[in-house]
Amino acid sequence: MSLLHTINKSPFERNALQSCLRLAEDGHAVLLIEDAVVAALDGTEHAETIKNATGRLSVYVLGPDLDARGLPKDRIIDGIEVVDYDRFVALTCEHDSVQSWL
Amino acid sequence: MKFGILVNEGPYQHQASDSAYQFTRAALTAGHEVFRIFFYHDGVNNGTRLTVPPQDDRNVVDRWSELAQEHSLDLVLCVAAAQRRGLLDADEAKRHKKDADNIAPGFRISGLGQLIEAAIQSDRLVTFGD
Repeated sequence: MSLLHTINKSPFERNALQSCLRLAEDGHAVLLIEDAVVAALDGTEHAETIKNATGRLSVYVLGPDLDARGLPKDRIIDGIEVVDYDRFVALTCEHDSVQSWL
Repeated sequence: MKFGILVNEGPYQHQASDSAYQFTRAALTAGHEVFRIFFYHDGVNNGTRLTVPPQDDRNVVDRWSELAQEHSLDLVLCVAAAQRRGLLDADEAKRHKKDADNIAPGFRISGLGQLIEAAIQSDRLVTFGD
């Protein structure tokens, strides 16, 4: 069973991302949306945690939410794919279920 | 594919309502079916026709109503959450002896069973909230 996890809170605000990464199984996908998109940036204190996860999980970040916050795509951690809403929809179809970490 | 959407957050609160709208539009554009959008907790505030946002801001409520009309969507407000927050349709207003109702076009008020049914009938249930 392959899950798509969506995270919408900054890891600097809540620990949803940390909890998700702890519980997500190998091969699952994680999509960062809304305030969680800051977690996709390299150079933050959470970057290492994400980098460690990109090997066993597919990690995505929602481009429009990066743009809305003025966050540059050239600072995204290697291995994280920037997606749009169309791809967000496609990702929900590609996985068996969607888990929103609210 | 058939989608159910759950919205747990009101408009202009954070971003969940906007994200849910953008997702729903993208799903419909891709040719998917949206079985139902269920508004729960503060999400019921998406369904009041009395909001008057500034003209240069998006009108979240009208946007839902227009999308519902365009695609014959089923927009459902949880009745218990709606009553607590003063969201009433004509029947509920009459039943509780209130002098007005405020539900926006395209929305209806029903019970939590509608969420369960949406979860059962849909291939994917996607939740947006805070």
